[in-house]
Amino acid sequence: MDILVAFWDGAFGSTYAFWSATLVRATPLLLVGLAVALAFRAGILNIGAEGQLILGAIAAAAVALQLPPAPRVVMVPLMMLAGMAGGAVWAGIAALLRRRFGVLEVISTIMLNFVALAAVSWMVRGPLQEPTRVYPMSETFAAAARWPFLITGQRLHLGIVLGLLAAGALWFVLARTAVGFRIRAIGAGARAAQSAGGVEPERVAARVFLASGALAGLAGASEVGGVTWALYEGISPGHGYTAIAVALLARLDPRWVVVSAVFFGALEAGGASMQREAGVPAVAVQIVTATILLSVLAIAQWRNARRPVGAPE
Amino acid sequence: MIELLLVPFLEAAVRTATPLAFAALGELVAERAGVINLGLEGTIIAGCLGGAAGALLGGPALGFAGAALAGMLIASVFALFVVRIGTDQIITGTALTLLGLGITGTVFHVAPAVVGAGQVIPTTGPIAIPGLSAVPILGTALFRQPLATYALYLLVPALAWWMGRTHAGLALRAVGESPEAAAAAGLSPRRIRTVAILFSGLMGGLCGGTLVLAQVGAFNEGMSAGRGFIAIAIVVLGRWTPLGTAGAALVFGGAFALQYLFQSLGSSLPYQLFLALPYVLTLVLLAALRGRAAAPARLGR
Repeated sequence: MDILVAFWDGAFGSTYAFWSATLVRATPLLLVGLAVALAFRAGILNIGAEGQLILGAIAAAAVALQLPPAPRVVMVPLMMLAGMAGGAVWAGIAALLRRRFGVLEVISTIMLNFVALAAVSWMVRGPLQEPTRVYPMSETFAAAARWPFLITGQRLHLGIVLGLLAAGALWFVLARTAVGFRIRAIGAGARAAQSAGGVEPERVAARVFLASGALAGLAGASEVGGVTWALYEGISPGHGYTAIAVALLARLDPRWVVVSAVFFGALEAGGASMQREAGVPAVAVQIVTATILLSVLAIAQWRNARRPVGAPE
Repeated sequence: MIELLLVPFLEAAVRTATPLAFAALGELVAERAGVINLGLEGTIIAGCLGGAAGALLGGPALGFAGAALAGMLIASVFALFVVRIGTDQIITGTALTLLGLGITGTVFHVAPAVVGAGQVIPTTGPIAIPGLSAVPILGTALFRQPLATYALYLLVPALAWWMGRTHAGLALRAVGESPEAAAAAGLSPRRIRTVAILFSGLMGGLCGGTLVLAQVGAFNEGMSAGRGFIAIAIVVLGRWTPLGTAGAALVFGGAFALQYLFQSLGSSLPYQLFLALPYVLTLVLLAALRGRAAAPARLGR
């Protein structure tokens, strides 16, 4: 019982818990959840959002630390662009390997996750290490590179606005535009896409892969710019993997990704509180995440089974 | 001088390759039945925990039994979902990896005594095979290893024979190529896939058991460290054959062992370069070998 109380207090128990714990944790999950949802919609199994997020964080931190001082209105957009570029490049490697060499993206993106971990480990002990060279972290960003808070006294920052805008834009593109139609067509199968006419599945897939990486990279930029104000080795506690659950629970619909990200954000915030107050390790949240994933999969399957053969989804 | 560096390097390569080969051979059997088990990482970490808990109760033998059992437990959930309910293999596998890491991490924090935190876990040391281990250079690498490595020397040819020359092996491959044709021939694709998945769980568990009982001598949170995913890449590099898979595992063992070699050389390169090397190597080799040509036709579906 104490455990549940601690969980509730940490996630919803106070305005601070909701605005500064739950929503702050939901922010990266929203952006990465959208990244995964977009890729999965096009039938691209991007398991590499974790690595793309890390590269985005490295790129944004490099901009914040290495560029000459600039006002916030310049610095923050630059960090966003750098983060998106970092994530897109990392996804681009997997996209290239898939298109040119037929390497399954499931394997390549997972491998790239490990390379990204090695890369951030090197960055915080090498080129981007803090000046005293004692701790494995970067210097703390200057004020101009810290993303603005939305509400005085709360830790909620600009990142969530980007997440909501991205969710709206993604929903519009997928549901209402020709590009979105093509993306959904290749997700339904390359053959279906070709018969839909004028679609080059591999080209569309490569672009979607890059966009997915850019969204994940933006999440990385948002974490260093809005939360940590420095680059750390453990910049992502597995957001890229949780994002798969976030996207699937939302049935890959960008609008529902918003809800599902807040749900998982609450789960993480509550989990952290459980650890502080009741001694339950935060890693236990992964059991919940996995259970939710399995339930969603099973329920979707049972629904499909009940639908008459040939009926539309 | 060369020998002074080469012998420990080769020894480390074979030692590091051993758990990878266990996991990869299990994955190989599952993939030949058309199932890609991304939950392998979860079965390995479960095997680590089962191995540590078992060994504390009744020595290394019970440890290996516990490891195998724990791996099969995770794999049976995977089989239930993928074969019975028919869920997506990739996502189900990812969920089971999360589940395995979550459960073992929680046990590690909540009940450290179960996994022997702060205690000595009974382990199996290397056993030198008389005569063979005295062969220069390769002798130590190949024949002064723990029992688990020797078990592989028997298992790899046995698996190659079983898969290539027996009815059961043929049935396995038939299910991976075309479950419909296999069913028409009177086989049960569901049963064969279930057994193949359980075997991959058994081998994944033994991979974890080997890690704990023959190498590290302790359980740590997340100690599987991506070996499940590397094992999946090893199967691809091994072109879906037992001998190829064993060879590819050895290449990876070598890539990991390079870390020790360069450390002993006093290299000034950042060590993260060597951490990343096995993964970069996978990408390069996969690109060089051009993907899916030899994959079972119905892998993942």
